[in-house]
Amino acid sequence: MIKILEPGPLTTIQDTGRPGQLRFGIPPSGPVDRRAFVIANRLAGNDDGAAGLECTLIGPRFEAQAACTIAVTGADMPLTVNGTSAPAWTTIELKAGDVVKLGPARAGVRAYVAFAGGLDVPVVFGSRATYVRGRLGGVDGRALKRDDVLRLLPARPARRRAVATEAIPDFGGEPELRVVLGPQAERFTPDGIAALLAGPYEMLPQSDRMGARLRGPRIAHARGHDIISDGIPLGGIQVPGDGQPIVLLVDRQSTGGYTKVATVCSVDIPRLAQVKPGYRVAFRAVEVAEAHRLLREDAASLARAVVEERS
Amino acid sequence: MRFVPAGDLALSVEFAEAISVEINTRVRALEYLIQQKGVPGVLETVPGYRALLVYYDPALTGYDALCDALRPLAAQTESAVLPPPRRVEIPCCYDADLGFDLAGSAETLGMSTDELVRRHTGFEYLVYFIGFVPGLPYMDLPERLAIKRLDTPRTKTPPGSVSIGGTQCCVYPVDSPGGFRVLGRTPLKLYDPGAAEPTLLRAGDRVRFRAIDRAEFDRIAAAVEARAYTPDIP
Repeated sequence: MIKILEPGPLTTIQDTGRPGQLRFGIPPSGPVDRRAFVIANRLAGNDDGAAGLECTLIGPRFEAQAACTIAVTGADMPLTVNGTSAPAWTTIELKAGDVVKLGPARAGVRAYVAFAGGLDVPVVFGSRATYVRGRLGGVDGRALKRDDVLRLLPARPARRRAVATEAIPDFGGEPELRVVLGPQAERFTPDGIAALLAGPYEMLPQSDRMGARLRGPRIAHARGHDIISDGIPLGGIQVPGDGQPIVLLVDRQSTGGYTKVATVCSVDIPRLAQVKPGYRVAFRAVEVAEAHRLLREDAASLARAVVEERS
Repeated sequence: MRFVPAGDLALSVEFAEAISVEINTRVRALEYLIQQKGVPGVLETVPGYRALLVYYDPALTGYDALCDALRPLAAQTESAVLPPPRRVEIPCCYDADLGFDLAGSAETLGMSTDELVRRHTGFEYLVYFIGFVPGLPYMDLPERLAIKRLDTPRTKTPPGSVSIGGTQCCVYPVDSPGGFRVLGRTPLKLYDPGAAEPTLLRAGDRVRFRAIDRAEFDRIAAAVEARAYTPDIP
């Protein structure tokens, strides 16, 4: 059992998301940085979809009430066990009574904590993922609070695992995110598209799990910013009348009536998830076939990322 | 009809650039045909007014292959026979304290409040699709009730508000901002995360509103709260 001593500003239980509910207006939820989340689970010896924690900007402090194995990945939050510094991106064995703390992020936004076995909360419409706006999943559909006690599901025997150094992402700098133009690229002027691809765009603090709000060169519409409402894909870049882009994420509205100039490639959503407010991103256009090739490459590199250590 | 990439995990099948029952029926027909025939790699579908967003797994299919698989189905959408729609009755109280825009809307439309209620309850609405927030139905509206949206949108509209704006009727499932004019309120929950089915309505449903008084509103609301109310869906 895990007892939350301090929850942090927004710590939620996530798994790989709630499938098949978008047609009822219910988003998939799940981790914004799916890559770091999956690595955490693999380190902990879990299936990719086991439920763990997503911690935002400042992590939680929690107590292991029984011995367990955990792994922390994602944003670089200073990690301590009983006040002593501990490594991220590897397995950590906890004893009963150990207190784990994740401090304010030095780089990145979202850190993930996987527990061997996975967190045991009810499965709601196919998932344990928390959707706070819809009061769904996790613990009563809300962010974690002080004194929440979380149970774990049975774990596989613990093994020491680590992540190859080259597979640990660097969340500094100004990432270039690849996009596929459309579905409404023709609703923008050539200059508007050129502005998007020239950038850069700054991440705004109003960003959340629903959408990343960015500010930069105006993306000019050719004729009006309203469309007849249709579905919004993951990574869809909505541009309302002010010409500023909003990249829709895992808790997005299922449909909307603003023009979408382009869609961020799924392979680059994890990197976008880790851009702190005030930091900048750039965009580059690729074809769908290239996006799929990048996805295959990423899956192959992910398969090599977690290695077992000899004890 | 055309196919457009919507990133690398979805594509959009667009039927036309207009809102109409005919076009939306083709959208829902394509969704139905995909469910019936099963198209390899398709994960889920999201209908809109005039386009179907098709989510797929790129490990199982490619963009071109999926377009090829969907094209013959899209071609059948004009002749496809959809299963008969569900007919859902939604009780609605049009009292002034719940339908705070009823009087103003009646004046704008040049009719009495009684006539507005009569026309609003005397029409069978089509749920084009569910979207934006969990359980929110996008529905049509009798032509005579087409009305400009509020100049200043409300920051909060109570759940259950039955509203009209432009050429649409909708019911707010959750407390949300909105520019629609509120004619009344239903005691039913259009979204209930604790229910066996989280949303009351689905795309393709036909909806009628039934005028109820405050006593019946309170009675149904209490039953809904106690999970003792079964909506009238045959």
